[in-house]
Amino acid sequence: MARIALSHVGKVYEDGTRAVADLNIEVEDGEFLVFVGPSGCGKTAALRMVAGLETITEGDVRIGDKLVNNVPPRDRDVAMVFQSYALYPHLTVRDNIGFGLQLRKMPKAEVRRRVEDAARTLGLSEYLDRKPRNLSGGQRQRVAMGRAIVRQPQAFLMDEPLSNLDAKLRVQMRAEIGKLQRDLGVTTVYVTHDQVEAMTLGHRVAVIRKGVLQQIAPPQELYDRPTNLFVAGFIGSPAMNFLSATVLRDDNDQYTLEMGAETLVLPPSVPVARPALAGYVDKPIVVGIRPEDIEDASIAGRQPGRTLPARAELVEPLGSDLMVHLSMDLPQASGHEDIAELAEETGEGGVAIADERAVVVARFSPRSQVKVGDPVQITVATEQIHLFDATTGSAVWDA
Amino acid sequence: MTAAASTDIVTGSINRGWAARIAARTGGGALRIFLIVVALVWLIPTFGLLIESLRDPAQYANGGWWDAITHPAQLTFSNYSALLKTSAITGSFWNTVEITVPATILVVLIGAAAGYAFAWLEFPGRDALFLVVIGLLVVPIQIALIPVVKLYSALGISGSILSVVIFHVAFGLPFAIFLLRNYFSGIPRDLMEAARMDGATEGRIFFRIVLPLGLPAIASLAIFQFLWVWNDLLVALIFTDSSSQPLTVALASQTRQFGSSIDVLAPGAFLSLIVPLAVFMFFQRFFVEGVMAGSVK
Ligand SMILES: Nc1ncnc2c1ncn2[C@@H]1O[C@H](COP(=O)(O)OP(=O)(O)OP(=O)(O)O)[C@@H](O)[C@H]1O
Ligand SMILES: [Mg+2]
Repeated sequence: MARIALSHVGKVYEDGTRAVADLNIEVEDGEFLVFVGPSGCGKTAALRMVAGLETITEGDVRIGDKLVNNVPPRDRDVAMVFQSYALYPHLTVRDNIGFGLQLRKMPKAEVRRRVEDAARTLGLSEYLDRKPRNLSGGQRQRVAMGRAIVRQPQAFLMDEPLSNLDAKLRVQMRAEIGKLQRDLGVTTVYVTHDQVEAMTLGHRVAVIRKGVLQQIAPPQELYDRPTNLFVAGFIGSPAMNFLSATVLRDDNDQYTLEMGAETLVLPPSVPVARPALAGYVDKPIVVGIRPEDIEDASIAGRQPGRTLPARAELVEPLGSDLMVHLSMDLPQASGHEDIAELAEETGEGGVAIADERAVVVARFSPRSQVKVGDPVQITVATEQIHLFDATTGSAVWDA
Repeated sequence: MTAAASTDIVTGSINRGWAARIAARTGGGALRIFLIVVALVWLIPTFGLLIESLRDPAQYANGGWWDAITHPAQLTFSNYSALLKTSAITGSFWNTVEITVPATILVVLIGAAAGYAFAWLEFPGRDALFLVVIGLLVVPIQIALIPVVKLYSALGISGSILSVVIFHVAFGLPFAIFLLRNYFSGIPRDLMEAARMDGATEGRIFFRIVLPLGLPAIASLAIFQFLWVWNDLLVALIFTDSSSQPLTVALASQTRQFGSSIDVLAPGAFLSLIVPLAVFMFFQRFFVEGVMAGSVK
């Protein structure tokens, strides 16, 4: 087991495409690190540079304490699980799993023992003499995992290992991969574009966008303190709502967000946690509100400074929640390029509405009686609000 | 994933071959009759050759080979025993084997190694070199005959079995490389990379992954090359002498010497037909469908 360190790593393909830029990441020994980001952001490229399947055009990669830039994959002692599984079709499950050990000239009895151990762990014991074509998708996935674990490598590298499975199996295998990694304690780098996988599996999650690392943090921190508009919008489903506002401060140091004709009063904890907010007085700012921080006022209670008028445009009962698309007479923060890109990426632009009213998605309690087309009062959990610089998109925190 | 699987099934039924479609429409009857007719057209002369080779030459003037069916007493092995006593024939049979086996094995081995390199290794000038190989595909053998004869006499290997083998290998390779390179490049890249991650060197990948997965193509190539060399007359006629001549040349010279000599030609031709048939039977079990199944996805 080993740590993996990437310093100033970059990848430029021969045709000039830049896939990764100045990536600095240290994966701790035994850590489960997840790379997440939209399609084409360079996650796979980064992983393949660690694997040795792609040349490193800039920077250094270290596995353990060894600089591996020029070490071929076979000598890096890391195992990879491919999205396609890449099982050897002409070999049985036993030989697929044992292939790497046989190549290392391990004694036959030892290979056999290790393969059978791995098969038992993965529930593959009955299938050892089958060929891959006679296995189900989930079993093939397990064989791919087995091939990685028998080698007891320094690290596991996994590139979207679950994306070819159906939804139910994916959830099950996700749990199994998590458990396996905890039991074995092997350093793991896992690539996905599924944020649920990222949040549930990762000790830390690295959000990448256009080859650039945006934030690397434990899942909850990523959710609670996104570093910029992109991370805020990318993590969380349905995505965070963004509105334009102007910051006001009165003589009692009371902060208010002015959004068109409406205002939200910020509780004192918000500016206290954000010393930088003082610099935004009388300036525009982007306000981020997560759907679960918006509730039907008839349930949460009507509170001055926190309740706003809206109209329900679409109501989706999910049983546990009521997903409500609201239109509000407020300016939507659609100008920022990050928001435009996120809307494209997630396909969640909200319901298109003819006039310039803001579209906001809220997660109401199923007790709410709201109907499509109804006017509804909403209460915002203002202590959970997120604030971003309107030009740079960075979160407003410390000065 | 389910969507992809169902489209596979759909295209699978659309893209079925014309033979399968005819079979489906006519309930297989018409197709079966057609195949039987084709088989008979091909097999009857072969069968006739077999009978003829087993008939006493004295009977030849009394009627065709079909008479032997009603008069089995005409049948005898004497032609074969006479033939096998002719040292020119038995010697040339072994010459054929000595030419064909190395010419086939070398073409398959070199072709596979080169095919792998062209498909999966990166080296400077790879694509240009491959274009040259494709260019060589269209060079007709006849153009090379005279220069090669000169070259061989300069090297002092004219008339030897080695010279014929070299010629066949050289002219078999462009097609072999072309065929195997295209087949190998159809092997999913992930498989090579998985093997590389598992600790395989290029050599191991070649022997443990590419060769086994390439077997259907390699078997076809082996059969084609074997048949081509085994049945070759032109190249052998030009490059061999009486000590190295293969069966084709020996049989051809029998006709000239005796005028009609069916008692030698029929068993000789049959002898020369048996071996490729056995080779074909042996290799055809490698024509398995869907070798890649279950590998990726
Ligand atoms: N061989 C190549 N030559 C040129 N550009 C490439 C090559 N391979 C990938 N790219 C580009 O590099 C960028 C990053 O690709 P990468 O495969 O790492 O994306 P990804 O984050 O894994 O995306 P996905 O989630 O779709 O798998 C993409 O813009 C891609 O088009
Ligand atoms: Mg990828």
